[in-house]
Amino acid sequence: MDEPGGYAGPASKSAVVSDDSRAFDVVVVGAGPAGSASALEVARAGYTVALVERGPYPGAKNVYGGVVYGRILDELVPGWWERMPVQRWVTRRATMIMTPTQALTVDMRAQDWGRPPYNGATAYRADLDAWLADQAVAAGAVLIPATVATGLLRGPDGSVAGVRTDRPDGDLTASVVIACDGVNSFLAKEAGMYPAENVAEHTTLGVKETIALPREVIDERFGLSGRDGADIEMIGCTRGIPGGGFLYTNLESVSLGVVVGLTGLAAAKVRPEELIADLKEHPAIAPLVRGGTLQEYSAHLIPEGGYRSMPELVGDGMLVAGDAAAMCLAAGIWLEGVNFALGAGMYAGRAAAAALRSGDTSKSGLAAYRTMLEDSFVLADHRKLRKVPDLVLSQRVQADYPGLLCDLVQGLFTVENPAPKPGLRRLLRLGTRAHGVRRRDLVRDALVGLRSFG
Amino acid sequence: MTGVDPRYRGIAFEDRMATVDFRVSPRPHITVDSEVCRSCTTKACVHACPANLFVPTAEGGILFNYEQCFECGTCYQVCDAEGAITWTYPDGGQGVVFRKG
Ligand SMILES: Cc1cc2nc3c(=O)[nH]c(=O)nc-3n(C[C@H](O)[C@H](O)[C@H](O)COP(=O)(O)OP(=O)(O)OC[C@H]3O[C@@H](n4cnc5c(N)ncnc54)[C@H](O)[C@@H]3O)c2cc1C
Ligand code: SF4
Ligand code: SF4
Repeated sequence: MDEPGGYAGPASKSAVVSDDSRAFDVVVVGAGPAGSASALEVARAGYTVALVERGPYPGAKNVYGGVVYGRILDELVPGWWERMPVQRWVTRRATMIMTPTQALTVDMRAQDWGRPPYNGATAYRADLDAWLADQAVAAGAVLIPATVATGLLRGPDGSVAGVRTDRPDGDLTASVVIACDGVNSFLAKEAGMYPAENVAEHTTLGVKETIALPREVIDERFGLSGRDGADIEMIGCTRGIPGGGFLYTNLESVSLGVVVGLTGLAAAKVRPEELIADLKEHPAIAPLVRGGTLQEYSAHLIPEGGYRSMPELVGDGMLVAGDAAAMCLAAGIWLEGVNFALGAGMYAGRAAAAALRSGDTSKSGLAAYRTMLEDSFVLADHRKLRKVPDLVLSQRVQADYPGLLCDLVQGLFTVENPAPKPGLRRLLRLGTRAHGVRRRDLVRDALVGLRSFG
Repeated sequence: MTGVDPRYRGIAFEDRMATVDFRVSPRPHITVDSEVCRSCTTKACVHACPANLFVPTAEGGILFNYEQCFECGTCYQVCDAEGAITWTYPDGGQGVVFRKG
């Protein structure tokens, strides 16, 4: 059972191959958005590519909130909105700042987002990932589902030369391996591309309930019609454990969940589903979800560290893309991973094809991948927002500021006649004192926010 | 009959897990060495595992069943004890199957 490379896990090991002929030009591991985008681009360039997925079908192992932002698809699958399996088009995006008894919401509605080229769409991963993999297969990629890549194959010179799998005679040799194996990425770890540090520090756990409700009830409660959808992000709803919540509308269900830091969760001794139960009882959320039936409970990890926690992206015969490379952008009002995975996968596929064309699949032959990422939103956004994950997960943003803001606005809106109306400055003074917020922290955080978002 | 734990307001944990499809593999893909757990003071896995699969025993160890596992990786990441958890993915096609993920 402990045969080296027998099973994919933290202890998986490489095996050496000597034969020079390769079964495929490229092996992509993981048929999530990153993997399918990679395989699609490699196949389009005319090279042979295997797309290995451990689930019985693409998407079977995957969980997200559920909104896909489509701009990158314009380039990858032109006309995607006519064919992608969409639940609803997001025309309403809200951010809710909460305390146990208060909620302050910024609520944006844009009808532009409800027509081509659209902005975001809700979709189930089983549908979305299968559809994306179909695009790769239609272009010529070979999908190999129900198969675990259990370790790397190495050539005599140490460069990556394919993967082992859990199938009998399951070695798949290739000139390039693109690791799109998601947040736990045992392949990138095995390749030594991750620095040896505590990954739990910047990993969060997402738990989600898909709750069935009739379409008309959803339309009414969220103020929607047709295929329009809503997307609510929440902060301050996780009992002080660094994290946040989300509520998204599908056609006949809503997805309600929380995302919490692993170290914070372990220390707080709170069970994750209790946090969802809190939300379902919160006065701002309860009326939106009541009476629904639980359709599926699910859980998945998220790499939230951003730019500073990314591994090396290029090795000899190997590229890493998507969550496997911590490319998920989780910065407060944004939770975007699918679009970053699609972008990274697309560039990885192109870089692999270019390296094959030039006959050099070594680290330097594949180096264009990093440049393409730097020149695109994938690394540009991450670099710009590199300080945001720490800020968003700080005690101040998690607990102090939501309380302060809610009290401030409640103070402004509470009518206290015959007492005269309090000035904003007085409310701010009272609030900062009540919530233990130091002015200089407030100013410093505001500056980090301005520099990052500005 | 087990009563509903008040922590899981509204829905019993078994019912919650009954909404998830598992193709249970004959091979336990995760094993826990209860001997190691006996000297663990945090028992971080007990609260953090979203599937609630780590059950503390009277002797201070852990009773673990792999069958209803999300394969998320939380447990091996929060566990600090060397050798307590042996973690692998189930064989291809087996384990959890999400439909509304
Ligand atoms: C609760 C939650 C909410 C989120 N909300 C959003 C959101 O609303 N919008 C958004 O854009 N992003 C969201 N994300 C992030 C998003 O889900 C990820 O960033 C995205 O899925 C990354 O895509 P990927 O292809 O890199 O990895 P994944 O989607 O994780 O795909 C990896 C694939 O590799 C397979 N695999 C892994 N190891 C192996 C192996 N050894 N052999 C074979 N196959 C293997 C897996 O089965 C999987 O199919 C959310 C994430 C979570 C957990
Ligand atoms: S699995 Fe790890 S965290 Fe859990 S009780 Fe055992 S040693 Fe402690
Ligand atoms: S992988 Fe996740 S669901 Fe499975 S035992 Fe570990 S923490 Fe629990």
